[in-house]
Amino acid sequence: MLFAEKPKAILECLLFATAMPLSIDEIASVLELSLEEAEELLFQLMREYNDSDRGLQITLLAEGYQMGTKPQYAPYLEKICRPRSNPLSKPALETLAIIAYRQPITRTEIEAIRGVRVEHLLSTLIERDLIKEIGRKEGPGRPILYGTTSEFLIYLGLKSLEDLPPLDKQQDGIR
Amino acid sequence: MDYQIRLESFEGPFDLLLHLIEKQELDIYDIPIGQITDQYLDYLWAMDQLDLTIAGDFLVMGATLLSIKAKMLLPKPPIQTMEDEMEDPREELVIRLLEYQKFKAIIEELQIREMQQREVYEHPFNVENFLSGIKPPNPLRGIGAADLTAIYQEMLEVLTKVEPIHELYTEEYTVATQMELIGKLLSSKVEGLFFFELLSENLNITSIITTFLALLELIRLSKVEVYQEKPFGSIRVLWADNKL
Repeated sequence: MLFAEKPKAILECLLFATAMPLSIDEIASVLELSLEEAEELLFQLMREYNDSDRGLQITLLAEGYQMGTKPQYAPYLEKICRPRSNPLSKPALETLAIIAYRQPITRTEIEAIRGVRVEHLLSTLIERDLIKEIGRKEGPGRPILYGTTSEFLIYLGLKSLEDLPPLDKQQDGIR
Repeated sequence: MDYQIRLESFEGPFDLLLHLIEKQELDIYDIPIGQITDQYLDYLWAMDQLDLTIAGDFLVMGATLLSIKAKMLLPKPPIQTMEDEMEDPREELVIRLLEYQKFKAIIEELQIREMQQREVYEHPFNVENFLSGIKPPNPLRGIGAADLTAIYQEMLEVLTKVEPIHELYTEEYTVATQMELIGKLLSSKVEGLFFFELLSENLNITSIITTFLALLELIRLSKVEVYQEKPFGSIRVLWADNKL
């Protein structure tokens, strides 16, 4: 075997103990391994968890790896865990989607797409750490530009922004 | 034909318009603007009847629709070149509807993802544990007491070399103190004093100005009288009480 048992145990500890996804760089630096070695080790561990009867899984989320429970066991966890925050309302999700696909974007630009004011929705999304201010647009008034956070990727179970479902698939666009 | 409006709640004017278009399987690229405008306004009317507050955004769209309808009713210029066709007044609306439609369509998929991810429980977030794990490297690593002593001594040397560049004195002249001073000087001199004699030995702009202001104040209060024998001559100041 390429690796001794020990580094894999350490990796298991890391994934267990950290709540945020760990990047492969972080894993490699803690284990003092090359990126390739760390990746190989990680994939071994992922197979062991994901392809077995264990309750836990390791997934790629927000450009990092995270250990979590397998979805099919959620009904049991719901009995004992603190209830999760409510799912986003449709308007909030709509606003979030516009920001995710069109970032960086100003409030006025979002409102032009939705046809409705979004001010209070933006504060809800900021409060839930799903979007943040990522700068200011050059021009009159220098309006705030919004973008999504890594919490957003975790929230929707996305590996990265490229993992968002394609927006244009049912549409040829115009002309 | 009456169009039955089900009073669903719509996210906004685009949502409502798309609903009307999809319901009747209309071609989004060739919207019958008169028909849609009527139905849209019917919906607003129904909302009004139910005492629902109509958001301003819905009203704006109503006005936009009416304006497009009006433009389409206007007679077209008689000669139309083939390639240079008149711009369709509906074009901007269609572009915006299509853009909105994309996001409306993606919502369902995102909702599925949201629900799926809610089924996954992670290790409860412990901020402190997490933060201590990513503490930046100690910037004082490898530096001992001897290094600190040396640095401190260096600093002391530099500090003792620094000479004061300029010293500032606070000399307090106020109108009140100058008035008092003028009074003291004048009351013992029956023949009065010239203005320059009132100035203290510390001649500077502040003291001159303050003394002059004090003098003006005393004149206003009729405490002193001033005489000038000729233009630009010296001003003689007399204490008013001394005349009695």
